[in-house]
Amino acid sequence: MTVRAPGDAGKAAWLFLAPALVLIFVFFFLPVLASLVLSVTDFDIYAIANPSSTRFVGLANYTKLLHAPEFWQALRNTFYFALIGGPLTIAVSLAAALLLNAKLVRFKSFFRTIYFTPFVTTLVAVAIVWRYLYHTKYGLLNYALGHIGIGPIDWLGDPHWAMPAIILLAIWKQFGYNMLIFIAGLQAIQQDLYDAAEIDGAGPARRFLNVTLPLLSPTLLFVGVITMIGYFQLFSEPYVMTQGGPLRATTSVVLMMYEEGFRWWRMGYAAAIAFVLFIVILIATLLQFRLQKERV
Amino acid sequence: MGTATEDYQLRAVRGAAGGGELGSAKTRRRISQAVLYALLIIGALLAIFPMLWMLSASLMPTGEASTYPPHLIPSRITFSHYGELFTRLNLGRYLLNSTLIAVTVTAVSLVVNSMAGYAFAKLRFRGRDRTFRLLSLGLVLPVQVAMLPLFLLMKNLHLINTYWGVIIPGMASIFGIFLIRQYALSIPDDMLDAARIDGASELRIYWSVVVPGILPILATLAIWTFLATWNDFMWPLIVLSDEAHYTLPVALANLSGEHVQDTELMMAGSVLTVIPVLAVFLFLQRYYIQGVMAGSVKG
Repeated sequence: MTVRAPGDAGKAAWLFLAPALVLIFVFFFLPVLASLVLSVTDFDIYAIANPSSTRFVGLANYTKLLHAPEFWQALRNTFYFALIGGPLTIAVSLAAALLLNAKLVRFKSFFRTIYFTPFVTTLVAVAIVWRYLYHTKYGLLNYALGHIGIGPIDWLGDPHWAMPAIILLAIWKQFGYNMLIFIAGLQAIQQDLYDAAEIDGAGPARRFLNVTLPLLSPTLLFVGVITMIGYFQLFSEPYVMTQGGPLRATTSVVLMMYEEGFRWWRMGYAAAIAFVLFIVILIATLLQFRLQKERV
Repeated sequence: MGTATEDYQLRAVRGAAGGGELGSAKTRRRISQAVLYALLIIGALLAIFPMLWMLSASLMPTGEASTYPPHLIPSRITFSHYGELFTRLNLGRYLLNSTLIAVTVTAVSLVVNSMAGYAFAKLRFRGRDRTFRLLSLGLVLPVQVAMLPLFLLMKNLHLINTYWGVIIPGMASIFGIFLIRQYALSIPDDMLDAARIDGASELRIYWSVVVPGILPILATLAIWTFLATWNDFMWPLIVLSDEAHYTLPVALANLSGEHVQDTELMMAGSVLTVIPVLAVFLFLQRYYIQGVMAGSVKG
């Protein structure tokens, strides 16, 4: 009896990989590459019926995009959501994780489950629920704020409040996931480091700044990157709650891509939008890794 | 936020105790414990309140959710909105569509991803590392970039407006492969070699040695995939244009446009959409939470 030749194992390996690789290549990598090609054509509704009418237009879609005020607004809205909503979400997640990691607290798994629940719910359904909670007249949020003397806010109808309203929903929906990752990160920090700091006379705030934060920084980077990538892809919340309004104040890059591509069928133009989004995400990710390196 | 408050509280207590009275340590402990619990309970209420209100409003008579001052509890419980959803608004159909799609994607993706994850973890072959690196590039690509050409591809394959149009792109996932690979690395090589010496085929080894060895992570991936597929919105919205094929989120978004005024009806629809995923999560949360924590930290 001998173990089979290595070449045989190689063949088996490729057979195991084949279904996954074929699927991912055909239905993901290939379309991504095709998207780049699409973005330098004038592919539109006529081309769907007759693809041969498509013409190569070079970078025309990109220059058109850079001259379109509504694209810059979508980009600003998306940055607003990601750069304000992202850090706020991370702060809330970290606070929840610290609370749940406190030594004095019991019933940890009970609270953990409750905090995690919003994350598993269906976004479309809870966005509809929140739309009613935000109702200017009958919504419970304004009712509660009324008790502390804050006048009724037209959450989803006022261009200044619509994005903060969406951010609030996003924090509620998302923090549980990041919290779990933070808890795992916190549990990996050795207790004797805290003990040593305490002996040196460090209070809770010092211990947090000098022990927890530095040791948590890989986790912070991971959570930061994941959250930011997700937040740059904002779509369902504005689609369901505001349809991108009022006055396009909540139209995100992805929502604009969807409308251009699948409502008006300007697919070449929409593909350019998608690519700009990809580049933005790529730069933001690299930037975070860079920042992380500088800090260490 | 939590620790800052705790810290203020501690300082306040220290000040009150005049800097080191006897017994103050115990009091301090008590107070910080009380503060911690208060914060935890407030957080928990905020986390579940929207869902409790959704449930409560779905049981209110028509119009009660739009009154001032707002009602928290139904004055009279009615199931009529649920009835209307199933009879007039065809919700049963959407429930079935969502279930069919989510179950199929979950079942197929478990097999596809676990085979690939195992191969990457345990089989030696040329090009393994290069292929793996190429795959990991995909993790930074936003899926939306693929959607426009994917739509055209699906159109050429005549899969627009079919269940398969939603199912096929979900059948393999880079994240799933990574999750399985990470876990499969811990399978001892001796076990696999022993099976090989006994003359077991590679497929047989996968099925009777590897699969039983990675069951916990398969459970995690199954729950993750089911929830993600059930909750997915953008791609089903693009691919499914005929109402008969709508998934629950697509149908719900569509309904919410037509029935903006029917708060109670929309809440009933939201409850029905959320309940299946909540049930899956609550019953299987042990696997799910552990998987998320393990997968993310190492990944």
